[in-house]
Amino acid sequence: MTITPRAMGVAVDRFDGAAKVRGEARYAYEQPVDRPLYLYPLTAAVATGRIADIDCGAASAEPGVVAVLTYRNATRTAAIEDGELRILQSDEVAFRGQFIGGVVAETSEIARHAVSLVRVDYEERPHDVELREGRGDLRVPREVQPIFPMDTAEGDVDAALASAPVRVDQTYTTAWNNHNPIEPHTTIATWTGDRFTFYLSTQGVNGIQAAVAALFELGPDRVRVISPYVGGAFGSKARPHADVVLAALAARLVPDRPVKFALTRQQMFSQVGYRPPTVQRVRLGADAGGRLVALAHESIEPTSKLQEFAEHSTRATPTMYAAPNRRTRQRLAALDVPTPTIMRAPGEASGMFALESAMDEMAIACGLDPIEFRIRNDAQRHPHFGLPFSSRNLVACLREGARRFGWDGRDPTPGIRRTAGWLVGTGVAAATYPVLRLPGSMATIRVGPDERYTVLIAAADIGTGTWTALSQVAADALGVRVEQIDLRIGDTAYPKASNEGGSSGITSWGSAICEAADRLRDELARHGGAVPADGLEVTAAMPENPHISRYAMHAFGAQFAEVRVHAEIGEVRVRRQLGVFAVGRVVNPKTARSQLLGGMTMGLSMALHEQSVFDPRFAQVVTQDLATYHIASNADVGAVEVHWIDEDDPYVNPMGTKGVGEIGIVGAAAAIANAVHHATGVRVRDLPITLDKLLPAA
Amino acid sequence: MKPFAYVKPVDIGAAVAAGAAPGAKFLGGGTNLVDLMREGIEQPDTVVDVTGLPLSAVDDLPNGGLRIGALVRNSDLAADRRVRARYPVLSQALLSGASGQLRNMATVGGNLLQRTRCPYFYDEASACNKRDPGSGCDALDGFNRSCAILGVSDDCIAAHPSDMCVALTALDAVVEVTGTGGTRRIPLTELHRLPGQTPHIETDLAPGDLITAVELPTATGNSAYRKVRDRASYAFALVSVAAGLQIENGAVTDIRLALGGVAPKPWRARQAEQLLAGGPADEAAFRRAAQAELASAAVRPGNAFKVALATNTIVATLRELSNEGTRR
Repeated sequence: MTITPRAMGVAVDRFDGAAKVRGEARYAYEQPVDRPLYLYPLTAAVATGRIADIDCGAASAEPGVVAVLTYRNATRTAAIEDGELRILQSDEVAFRGQFIGGVVAETSEIARHAVSLVRVDYEERPHDVELREGRGDLRVPREVQPIFPMDTAEGDVDAALASAPVRVDQTYTTAWNNHNPIEPHTTIATWTGDRFTFYLSTQGVNGIQAAVAALFELGPDRVRVISPYVGGAFGSKARPHADVVLAALAARLVPDRPVKFALTRQQMFSQVGYRPPTVQRVRLGADAGGRLVALAHESIEPTSKLQEFAEHSTRATPTMYAAPNRRTRQRLAALDVPTPTIMRAPGEASGMFALESAMDEMAIACGLDPIEFRIRNDAQRHPHFGLPFSSRNLVACLREGARRFGWDGRDPTPGIRRTAGWLVGTGVAAATYPVLRLPGSMATIRVGPDERYTVLIAAADIGTGTWTALSQVAADALGVRVEQIDLRIGDTAYPKASNEGGSSGITSWGSAICEAADRLRDELARHGGAVPADGLEVTAAMPENPHISRYAMHAFGAQFAEVRVHAEIGEVRVRRQLGVFAVGRVVNPKTARSQLLGGMTMGLSMALHEQSVFDPRFAQVVTQDLATYHIASNADVGAVEVHWIDEDDPYVNPMGTKGVGEIGIVGAAAAIANAVHHATGVRVRDLPITLDKLLPAA
Repeated sequence: MKPFAYVKPVDIGAAVAAGAAPGAKFLGGGTNLVDLMREGIEQPDTVVDVTGLPLSAVDDLPNGGLRIGALVRNSDLAADRRVRARYPVLSQALLSGASGQLRNMATVGGNLLQRTRCPYFYDEASACNKRDPGSGCDALDGFNRSCAILGVSDDCIAAHPSDMCVALTALDAVVEVTGTGGTRRIPLTELHRLPGQTPHIETDLAPGDLITAVELPTATGNSAYRKVRDRASYAFALVSVAAGLQIENGAVTDIRLALGGVAPKPWRARQAEQLLAGGPADEAAFRRAAQAELASAAVRPGNAFKVALATNTIVATLRELSNEGTRR
């Protein structure tokens, strides 16, 4: 059943906007607590080995130090599977920078200084951090979402490639990227008697609650997690990381005193995950008419030895194009490195850089316009699942984008347009992201005789506008005005919610709220349509979607870019980006536009700037601050246009939404790389596209 | 951060005396020192805050030059009408550095003593002869994209990060220093040392030596600053070029050329200047001069591109200046 949009589709200002700009919205670290203590971590100075000795004498003697935490006095935690969280349980060191202790003190300055007084002796072991093809231990990742298998195959790819009249066979690499939200990971942890209370910055309070409860073998009711506002996350706050565990271990040492812990920017590069680098080989074969006959996409990536994570770079490939012979392969090498994690459009952001660069190369090899080439190979049914799409508007996005961008009449010849010393080029790439629903969300709705509706769900707003958009969904689900909705999120005191992630928030939480609204209507009907004096309350879980087995559900988009490349110096400037997206119903045009625009900007950043440089000698990132880890500055971002086409999809969920958080970044880097090729004739297959890769000889 | 004492003297004599004490460091805008203290790279016992001293004026000199107090903030100097009109290279260099917030804090004196951004200098766990003399240099075989190619040694390839200093070097600036033995004047080209075997000794300043002013001689010709970096704003130079050029009848009558991002100190390109002086102001001459200046480059795999980048940027900058001169 779908709901009628009245509040949905209106560009409502963020409800929390004014409070945020006035500084009144309290983030985790700003929550008022009594007599706080401050934690500063001790981190491993070797990549692998064991701690031979720790001397905490000088640190303990420092005035103001309350406790020094090491594996020797840390609470024994349960042997849960996620090794990233099992810190301070032995003398082992698994990666350089790993938390091996900490100091709790009356001020953050004392804590940090005292950590520098702790003497640690290590027995170092050789480390293994080299990602390369041909490693004997490359393995198939476990499937996180079985609906998207890690490896797919159909037909005879090798034979089709061998006989194809036009072939592309190239290897593309993407860089190690770190999320770096403006608010680092922060926690206030308090242990009182037999329970924890956490204020922290997270994409999912229930995920933190479950992890802490499992580690400390507590009932979930004894772990309260509160996270009303989050200053950005991008996936780094989706899974619990070791920072939460270190704060909890410290809190156990100082009962009844809140322990405040904020990561430094430098620590953000080793503690909270990252988008792993990828090496991707794409092989395409086409017939003389520009139709793909074969498509092979293989990716290798690192993960850590503590916890497996796969950036599923090949996931989008079987969704995109109709090639009768197809193969995707995903392989991992477990190395002595920190554990990677999801980062905005995990899989698609990396994979579609490779696939959409290769598609551009193939269009050129076939002598076809890259838009026409994509249209010729558009899939009518899902190539892997064989299902019809609930809606698929890739071609509409490409055509609408071409019209708005001014694509018609483009001369495909590279390297011939020049203005004032700058070479000019344009590029296009496709985008896609699946419509994901995460299980486990429930919502409670209360209504009183005043016809105000309180909607409770432990959802997260990571800065994207959930407070506002979910209120709009609730209003339409209940058939009332948005002013009548009082939404409560970000607290485990409310009904359980799935994590914010994979653009699944509105789909998952919204579906639960719609279900609760239906139940409330039933209850109201039982009361003759009037709210009883003591009000009504219902709770419902997100229902199954019967259409899932009948339709493939994906959002699509088209990314365009115009770049200028300095002919002598190689600097790249992106003058224009234009994206057209088919993302189902747009709940709030204002916040949705910001999300898509933010994704496209992050894609520009991925294309030109972002790279955590890993020094294999020390097994650590050496660009550990925002002076050396570059993200796009304002001056790097040109005109960014965001559009969407009207798309009415009755199958995805009651709201008709597909999610907007991820798809803005997908394909953006390929569009820019393709434009750089058009400008210069140089094909850069290794991100980021830095000026030395385009610099002519002296 | 190691605990430290903080003093804020109100006259230069007291500041010099406080600064001469062992373990003392002068604090200007704090945009570099405080970062380094947080990371444990600098560990002063005493921080001598000099921002209370009367060194914030920009004054005309009788000879047509300019005297810039050591405490003038970067933003203020960049916006100064005399600087913008007479020394555009300096204004442009200042505005290309850091961010608006940092420029509002950073002082001229502090910027002259800005320390390298080599990542291994910042990482206490790695070897760095500048931070820990005799420990080695992990930049040689590490991530050295930002590192220097001219004037380097086997002990250090760290690049000097300042933009302002490159412009001041091209302008023949003179630094006024007051120390325990009185006041003296040092040409900026002689303030910084090349690393040799002692990369931890970066200048000729002695303990207690306080930079009080920078003096610029009369401006000559038109000038420009071209900074090349990995993003459009808020990044250190991979290569920068400060140039002043005067042409009469097609011949170069005055040339000043300095390079940033390629050397351990602001690099005055004397060889290129000598080749260009009195000769033709054309593309071939610019390129020959640039190639000659870069001929002694000692590159590592990660920064070898800087030879072509510096050469092309010198040529482009001089061409632009010569075109401007012709248009006038």
